[in-house]
Amino acid sequence: MKVIIMGCGRVGARVAGILDEKGHTVVVMDVRPDAFRRLPPGFGGTRSVGNGMDGPALERAGIKDADAFVAVTQGDNRNYFASQMAKEVYRVPRVLCRTYDPIRGELFAELGLETFSPTTIGAKIVLDLLMRDGEEAAD
Amino acid sequence: MYILIGGGGKVGYHLAEELLRANHEVVIVERHRDRVSTITEELGECVIEGDCCEVSTLDAAGIGRADLAIAVTGDDEDNLVFCEIARVRGASRVISRVNNPKNELLFQQRGMETTISATKAILAQMEQELPTSEVIPLLQLHSGLEMVEVKLSDTSPAADRTVSQLWLPAESLILLVVDAEGLPRIPDGDTPLSGGDALVVVTRKESVERLKEALVGETHGLET
Repeated sequence: MKVIIMGCGRVGARVAGILDEKGHTVVVMDVRPDAFRRLPPGFGGTRSVGNGMDGPALERAGIKDADAFVAVTQGDNRNYFASQMAKEVYRVPRVLCRTYDPIRGELFAELGLETFSPTTIGAKIVLDLLMRDGEEAAD
Repeated sequence: MYILIGGGGKVGYHLAEELLRANHEVVIVERHRDRVSTITEELGECVIEGDCCEVSTLDAAGIGRADLAIAVTGDDEDNLVFCEIARVRGASRVISRVNNPKNELLFQQRGMETTISATKAILAQMEQELPTSEVIPLLQLHSGLEMVEVKLSDTSPAADRTVSQLWLPAESLILLVVDAEGLPRIPDGDTPLSGGDALVVVTRKESVERLKEALVGETHGLET
């Protein structure tokens, strides 16, 4: 599978590293070249400096034959914009869009994007842990 | 009309000023507090402080009853998201500023038919001043029509012919002929054309190149 990851932050770099290890073709995009330092040593994928909202930059990263596109920059709106570029303009079969704001995320999902919210996931984990500890304490 | 504006920068401010003057109900959503106070001081209570891409802020601003939502921030991703939220929440019509002309494609794909590109407008105006350009975009009309100005030279295929002798692309109309002395005429089929004339023509966007071939001749690009 050929995967393009937009945003080489902690999540982007980690996903890229694991996919690469599993033998997938990975291209990581970031506007800042120094972001690639987060990639694990021995990363065999491609580092592509560029903005994932920019058509020519996406084409340089090989969007035309990508199987999946993952938008994990810090900006919800940037992730949305780039994901729609990937989906609507380049017809990438699988597009994932990170959205910190859960309400905006729901709206993006209504508009046809596959989204996930670290806020919701993080909150759920905290609550689960708290409740479990609470139950243990109650025992 | 109730008009909601996303972004209180220079464009948002002047737009609101115009719309208020025309007696519309206007609310600007602006993130930066100092901009909010500047606009409030100058235009009155027409600003909500907040992120114009936050659903709850737009709901509080009454996006659902907006007759028109206009996105004018400096970031195209924010403009797109503002328009998407506005449409989902029930605004009757959306208009977006598009800062990077390359991004217009995605706005169109997303069904935002009205986009305004300042960059394109500036380029079109500049082109009018350049002696080299033969077809100058004047105005984008609805339903895919465009108004252009075409300058004829002595070697143009249209020179020394009448209007009815031209082979224009379908749905193209010559509205006005301005001769070298600056005299305007509304042409009919018998109007003769000559080098030095400027024609104002309405045509389909996709026919501009063929119109150029018919009136100006082969394109030589930068070599001319």
